[in-house]
Amino acid sequence: MNAASSLHPVLALLLAPLLPGVINRIKALFGGRRGPPLLQLYFDLWKLFRKGAVYSRTTTWVFRAGPLVNFACLVAALALLPLGRVAAPVSFAGDLVLLAYLLGLGRFATVAAALDTGSSFEGMGASREVQFAVFAEPALLAGLAALAHATQSLSLSGMYAAWPAATLPVLALLGAGLFILFLAENCRMPVDDPNTHLELTMIHEVMVLDHGGVDFGFVLWGSALKLWVLGALLAGLLPPPATGHPLADLAVGAGWLLALAAATGAVESVMARVRLLRVPQLLVGAGVLCALGLLLTFR
Amino acid sequence: MPADASIHLFLLLWALGVLLISGVASALAGRWSERTSVVLGIAGAGMACLAGLAAAVAGLTARATGTIMLPWRIPYGAFSLGLDSLSAFFLIPLFLLSGLAAVFASGYFRPWNERNPGRFWLFYNLLVASMALVVLARNGVLFLVAWEAMSLASFFLVTFDDRAADAREAGWIYLVATHVGTAFLIAVFILLGRESGSQEFSAYAVPAGSAGALFLLGLLGFGTKAGLFPLHVWLPEAHPAAPSPVSAVMSGVMIKTGIYGIVRMLAVMGAVPGWCAWLVLAIGAVSGVLGVLFALAQHDLKRLLAYHSVENVGIITLGLGLGMLGVHYGIPAVAALGFAGGLLHVLNHALFKGLLFLGAGAVAHATGTRDIERLGGLLKRMPWTGAAFLAGAVAICGLPPFNGFASEFLIYVGAFRTLLANGGLALGGLVAVVALALIGGLAAACFAKAFGIVFQGEPRSPAAAAAHEVPRSLVAPMLVLAALCLAIGLGAGAVVRALDPAVAQLAGPIVMSDAPRGIFPIALGTVLALLVALTLALAWIRRRLLAGRSVRAAVTWDCGYAAPTASMQYTATGFAQPLTNGAWAILQPHVEARLPQGVFPVSASFESHAPDVARANLYDPLFRRLAVGLGWFRWLQQGQVHWYVLYIVVVLMVLLAWALVS
Amino acid sequence: MSGVIEIILIFLILANLILLGASRLRNAIRIVAWQGLVLGLMPLLAHRDGLVWAAILLGAGSAGIKGFVFPALLNRALRETQASREIEPFVGYVLSLLAGVGVLALSVWFGSRLPLPWPPASNLLVPAGMFTVWTGLFLIVTRRKAITQVLGYVVLENGIFTLGMVLVEAMPLLVELGVLLDIFVAVFVMGIIVFNINREFDHIDSDQLAALKEGGP
Repeated sequence: MNAASSLHPVLALLLAPLLPGVINRIKALFGGRRGPPLLQLYFDLWKLFRKGAVYSRTTTWVFRAGPLVNFACLVAALALLPLGRVAAPVSFAGDLVLLAYLLGLGRFATVAAALDTGSSFEGMGASREVQFAVFAEPALLAGLAALAHATQSLSLSGMYAAWPAATLPVLALLGAGLFILFLAENCRMPVDDPNTHLELTMIHEVMVLDHGGVDFGFVLWGSALKLWVLGALLAGLLPPPATGHPLADLAVGAGWLLALAAATGAVESVMARVRLLRVPQLLVGAGVLCALGLLLTFR
Repeated sequence: MPADASIHLFLLLWALGVLLISGVASALAGRWSERTSVVLGIAGAGMACLAGLAAAVAGLTARATGTIMLPWRIPYGAFSLGLDSLSAFFLIPLFLLSGLAAVFASGYFRPWNERNPGRFWLFYNLLVASMALVVLARNGVLFLVAWEAMSLASFFLVTFDDRAADAREAGWIYLVATHVGTAFLIAVFILLGRESGSQEFSAYAVPAGSAGALFLLGLLGFGTKAGLFPLHVWLPEAHPAAPSPVSAVMSGVMIKTGIYGIVRMLAVMGAVPGWCAWLVLAIGAVSGVLGVLFALAQHDLKRLLAYHSVENVGIITLGLGLGMLGVHYGIPAVAALGFAGGLLHVLNHALFKGLLFLGAGAVAHATGTRDIERLGGLLKRMPWTGAAFLAGAVAICGLPPFNGFASEFLIYVGAFRTLLANGGLALGGLVAVVALALIGGLAAACFAKAFGIVFQGEPRSPAAAAAHEVPRSLVAPMLVLAALCLAIGLGAGAVVRALDPAVAQLAGPIVMSDAPRGIFPIALGTVLALLVALTLALAWIRRRLLAGRSVRAAVTWDCGYAAPTASMQYTATGFAQPLTNGAWAILQPHVEARLPQGVFPVSASFESHAPDVARANLYDPLFRRLAVGLGWFRWLQQGQVHWYVLYIVVVLMVLLAWALVS
Repeated sequence: MSGVIEIILIFLILANLILLGASRLRNAIRIVAWQGLVLGLMPLLAHRDGLVWAAILLGAGSAGIKGFVFPALLNRALRETQASREIEPFVGYVLSLLAGVGVLALSVWFGSRLPLPWPPASNLLVPAGMFTVWTGLFLIVTRRKAITQVLGYVVLENGIFTLGMVLVEAMPLLVELGVLLDIFVAVFVMGIIVFNINREFDHIDSDQLAALKEGGP
């Protein structure tokens, strides 16, 4: 563990809100608009953290705990997360399972908070969220399994320590699978439309309709962090091998994340949302790509 | 250094005696004083469970081993008991959960409604004693006697509410299933003891070349008790019909005697062929996925939990299968991780499933219904029950920082370790990983539904609206179990180390070159502690930020609609519908829908039931055919005693003649 | 060479998986056409002694028939029958995909155990070929529309073709050409039958053909 390793979680907390800004700027570029400022989410967070709150009379402490638990899960996940060639502060054999299950706990907390309102809209969002998670989780673990086999390592930091020594087709398959998961888990375009104003078509946005003020601030910051966490799993697959300078590695990793955000913006600009019934197929497809990657590495 | 276990065994024998005597005394007292009967029953169960728990924990930590043999005049039988790490480990959840459920039961049945409490306590204490005897027995005949006593005691507990037709029906199915299982076991024991002519476990020998077939027979027999798919049919009938504390014990501990049987068989038989390991792995994966899928389609809270038992037994079996693969392919790390994960999940499942069944009992106690669709908003009315149920729900989904995660983590890492190899073994690892992830996702969906619809939102019926928190004797066991779930989750490293000798009995000495300090990573505990600390810190920050600002209450925001009613909320069926629809081909639900019609629809309804697929497609047709086939012998049934005695005489004479002639 | 073969085989596998999840008949036909076209390259690459006329002929013939003739026939049948474009399968798309992955894993396992006379051009060749065969059979078993069943036969043939590449050193040509001819006839006949059945009964659901069985309802 070195300085860059311990710097990464702090960097992630501070820089994550930049990613949605980049996505929105790219979308504005495609749409020929000027778009919101790059730092819009920072302004929003500043505003939200100084607000009071309005709670539904139906809700209980579970509703208030939801965003906090989700945020805590993502911060804890940062402790396990390598970025590019920079190792994570904590790593052990099987840390990838803990990472996946921390994301799962965050999701469970969000879903429980949504159901706490008794609103049919939020029930709908929660129902969809858990449905898609059923397909997303095996896909994510299949992808990590393929990486474990290809790199003969059981910890995330070990897997990404060097540029994964797999053949190009394998890397391409895994990259494609993880990119679909990245879009789906972050409720981006082909799965969920973050810009829609129709509650019936939302997934993630509709689950947090009732949150406001500080709680909503944590929700938004948490979503940005989730972009960072899943993006980092993908960024580690991308080229340069370790440069030898930890800080340079960190900069490269952060650069890839910004590029990933730009790519997401581009995808969102040119793609329509698939029908809800098609989403499981898309996610199973992502899992299939990952599993195929694993099968190809058997020799 | 293994210690001598005679003092532990003595304590355990004392506990068995107390259970028997207090049960009989309670039954006798029940005729004239309800109060005395209850006091006798609970005092006996409590004392015995405390003593037994102490002996088991001490036995496991001191690695005590030993056997004692008491005179017993049964052909081939001997009252030989033994304690080793494996037995001691299985006794811990057994006495722990049985004791807590007994406390729960003492408050649960009030009022007893003219039922004789002695009947309950006799069979309850008998059940606990016979389960302990099953785990301690070192003689085939003794094992089978204890096994049968366990089955019968639990049968009488399932049918405790014998005025309800569904309880009688469930008891009947259970009785048939468990005896079919026992038949396989008798065959296994006879075959194992044939060579040496002795039914002592230590004298057992596997006839050459038949290890696989023997293991398969045992798997069928023990798998029926454990509730492995497709032998699980009795489970979703018996668990809901039984009183809740009994469901907790049956699901939490009794079905684990099936797992104990499989594990003991492995220890006694030594090596089994490789295909057995693959079979166990496959059955585990199938049971896990199908169990949780069936659970998702249920509306009865206890039936839902019963299917989750199938799922969790599947996870345990998956771990055992991985361990067997590790032994077969000579990868000690995989063997240790698989067996450790499977065994730890035995303990964990006992804790959280016991907790959840007690929670379901508390809900039924407070509202009078187990129908999820008629509940709602209970977290406000029953805060302690709700919080404990939530802890159990998070734990059963295998989410950190609770105990379910610790055992699933071990199985996961075992599966990932097989992935480092090549070819078929790695494929097995991939199947295990994907199956576990699928189970995890489905379980989260199922418990989001169970907790969200039962405890959150607004009450969906007057009964739910009028609910109150249950009395303290019901809340306390649940809180203890919830606390244990969290404690094992956070301190899993120490628990796994305590488990080492039991694992070593199955996997051989644990050697892990890359993890010298035990198979459970210490850093994992650190991250979980960080998670808890972060959550608390964030809660404090939120409090500080909101201090002095306006915090108001309003109605739930529903797109500007300000008069929401309880019936507008999502239902359990609706919540699970996308998933159950996707698995239509597997679940084969019966749906009756009257859809809204016309411009101004008046009334509409939707009903769906998911009957057990194995029962509908396998057992019902099978038993129907069997009934037709056996109809041919109906002329034997004359209904007159003389005829039956005549049959006996004829058979006796033929047997005697045959024995003397040959 | 083996790198290109590998990419072709991965394409083959992906095409099978897409086919398992495809609900539009027109898309399904297009995917199978592409599969046939790309497979046409295989004989050229699998041959070790450089280009052989027979290999070129086989490749070109197979690509031509499977890439152009079959799709044209099937598209015509589609047009004439005005078949609804959605396939209503017996087994859902998600389940089909999952089954596909399972079968793929099984194929890899079989492939690792199958004794072969020669080491194949790529380790993936046998699994990919087997998987294609199973996919074809799966489509035939689980889909309702006769057109999809015809597609299943073509995919099945693609799989046999791929497996044939293992033996390209020996004389697979005759066998291969024979199979190709069989399939061609089958598709031709089925195309006509589908067309005729549709004219008579206004639908091409093959499960409704069961009504023709003697003593049927």
